[in-house]
Amino acid sequence: MLAYIGRRALLAVFTVWAISVLSFAIIQLPPGDYVTSYIAQMASMGSVVSDEEAQNLRIQYGLGQPIYIQYLKWMKLVVVGNFGMSMEWRRPVTEVIGDRLLLTVVVAVASLILTWVLALPIGIFSAVRQYSAGDYVATFIGFIGLAVPNFLLALVLLYFGFILFNAHVGGLFSPDMQDAPWSLARAWDLAKHLPIPALILGLAGTAQQIRIMRANLLDELRKPYVVTARSKGLSELRVILKYPVRMALNPFASTIGYTLPYIVSGSIIVSLVLGLPTVGPLLLKALIAQDMFLAGTIVLFLGVMTVIGTLLSDVLLVWIDPRIRLEEM
Amino acid sequence: MATTPDIIAEPAGLPPVQGARSATEARIFVASQWQLIWWRFRKHKVAVISAVVVIGFYLVVATADFLAYADPNASEAQRSLMPPQRLYLFDGWRFAPYVHGFKGERDRATFKRVYRPDPSVKVPVRFFAPGFEYKFLGLIPMTRHLIGVDGDATRTIFLLGTDVQGRDVWSRLMYGTRISLTIGLFGVTLSLVLGVVLGGLSGFYGGAIDTIIQRTIEILRSIPTIPLWMGLAAAMPRDWTILQVYFAITIIISLLGWTELARVVRGRFLAMREEDFVISARLVGCSRMRTIFVHMVPSFMSHIIAATTLALPAMIISETALSFLGLGLRPPAISWGVLLQQAQNVQTVAISPWLMYPAVPVIIVVMAFNFLGDGLRDAADPYGR
Repeated sequence: MLAYIGRRALLAVFTVWAISVLSFAIIQLPPGDYVTSYIAQMASMGSVVSDEEAQNLRIQYGLGQPIYIQYLKWMKLVVVGNFGMSMEWRRPVTEVIGDRLLLTVVVAVASLILTWVLALPIGIFSAVRQYSAGDYVATFIGFIGLAVPNFLLALVLLYFGFILFNAHVGGLFSPDMQDAPWSLARAWDLAKHLPIPALILGLAGTAQQIRIMRANLLDELRKPYVVTARSKGLSELRVILKYPVRMALNPFASTIGYTLPYIVSGSIIVSLVLGLPTVGPLLLKALIAQDMFLAGTIVLFLGVMTVIGTLLSDVLLVWIDPRIRLEEM
Repeated sequence: MATTPDIIAEPAGLPPVQGARSATEARIFVASQWQLIWWRFRKHKVAVISAVVVIGFYLVVATADFLAYADPNASEAQRSLMPPQRLYLFDGWRFAPYVHGFKGERDRATFKRVYRPDPSVKVPVRFFAPGFEYKFLGLIPMTRHLIGVDGDATRTIFLLGTDVQGRDVWSRLMYGTRISLTIGLFGVTLSLVLGVVLGGLSGFYGGAIDTIIQRTIEILRSIPTIPLWMGLAAAMPRDWTILQVYFAITIIISLLGWTELARVVRGRFLAMREEDFVISARLVGCSRMRTIFVHMVPSFMSHIIAATTLALPAMIISETALSFLGLGLRPPAISWGVLLQQAQNVQTVAISPWLMYPAVPVIIVVMAFNFLGDGLRDAADPYGR
């Protein structure tokens, strides 16, 4: 079991490394280096960067040195929590991102939980009552969920919210709570606004999970041990929930790892449509303004966050599935 | 594919009842693999319908300029945000399609332009009407379009309304279809090359190469792709031409889209490496390349086609999403994403809901490709079950 988790952790480390290289590449891609654009930015604001200060910045970021040295220097700064300055906001990147990263995590986790809460019972129902009306409805909604890109879904929802209720369904907070400091009331306000974005983000995943659950459970239900359990007089509910559902749950858990990157990806673009205060709109703005330290840092954070989530789901899988535990002993 | 002769009275494809129809059975035994796949595919009604839909969409791609009746980039401030005009097919009892004329005026209270249909003016719609010049299928110079209206500039037809700049949404949709669907096709081709080469290497050689490629795939799959695409797309120089951006976007979306294809190819290679016919090919002295391309690849071609079909919708959505964000194709290029960009604002959409119409083909095409891919995947292994 330890060996398994160890292997996953090692892969996670590699993934984080790959993400850091890619983020660095994003920072590096636009023409010109950081210091020249910084000086230009400052000049347009009316302040002058002294030659000495420019020189210090160049040394700090290793500009002019080979690219891998620049990368290492950047990593060194990142590790101690210095992500550079956001050029557009003229504040440290960490300050600009602040709360938004937390809200991104909250939205992603909420939609993951919603995916499970919806997919589990619906999947079980679809399998146990195969070819019933409910099964067909679930399958149909599932296909819609898979086929409609979530930003279009968000757009359509916004439209109907506007037409039917004349209300803006987007956002994560009520207007009066927007800039309030964190409190129980604000958290409750957030909880009230979460379901719609979570549903939009989670629908595709839910659809997929329902199909997986249904298929797995159908396979399990045909196995002899189910007949045995039934013939021993267990109640139908117990027969289904105690054995086959537990078996069918394994592949279900292992797909979290693939669902999470998808949800995080989706949250970026859905946030833009729904106006959620996550890192999504910030990333788009940073990219358009070529505010590369901000953009690179956001990509890095999102990637690392996803890797941690995936690792947690691996641990969860080991906990659910004893076969993995035994295999590695 | 060949049509089924009359010997088979019922839909073929599954093993028939024992002994009763030996002729059918014999036919199945001698049928080629592709024939078996076709018979099995044909039974999947939804997939067949989806195939027709997909073919229809690609016909639109080929004949976009014929189906469009207005120059997609011709803007006219006087016709900004006109609602769709209703097409009347019958004038009395006679088949003579026409639309009503339109009167545009300023609302004195809000200063917005409002348009009212004017039933006293009937604008006849003609088939094969002359219009702007184009090259049919890129070869034959033509001026005729499927429909059009005669007469001066006051007589117009806008089946799906106009956008903010007074451009015809229907014509733009036709051109957008062309770009959105071909970008998916190119992207998937690139992904396919990457997937087959890397998946093939991985599955055929195994060992260290396999481990490296598999770990790379796992890493790529655990990275959230949209932020990454956005980063790469935003780094494209602003002064690139439409064509350069088009190819750059294609490469960006295919670079991250090959993993699933590689996984399928590797799986087939692993399954097939130990098959008798592969071992015999090697024993009679076939070179490695010949073994792979003459003996192995044809036998899992069908799987590759199925996986490719399933990969296409993701590509189309990617392009639409990137362009929707303003990071993909940029005007004057027209794609579904570019068209949907105008529908980003709720207020605009509430006043002019027809700007959301380009979402409809996206959803239809993505669904059709998914069903078609499902059907192909089920049919890809005609010997199974």
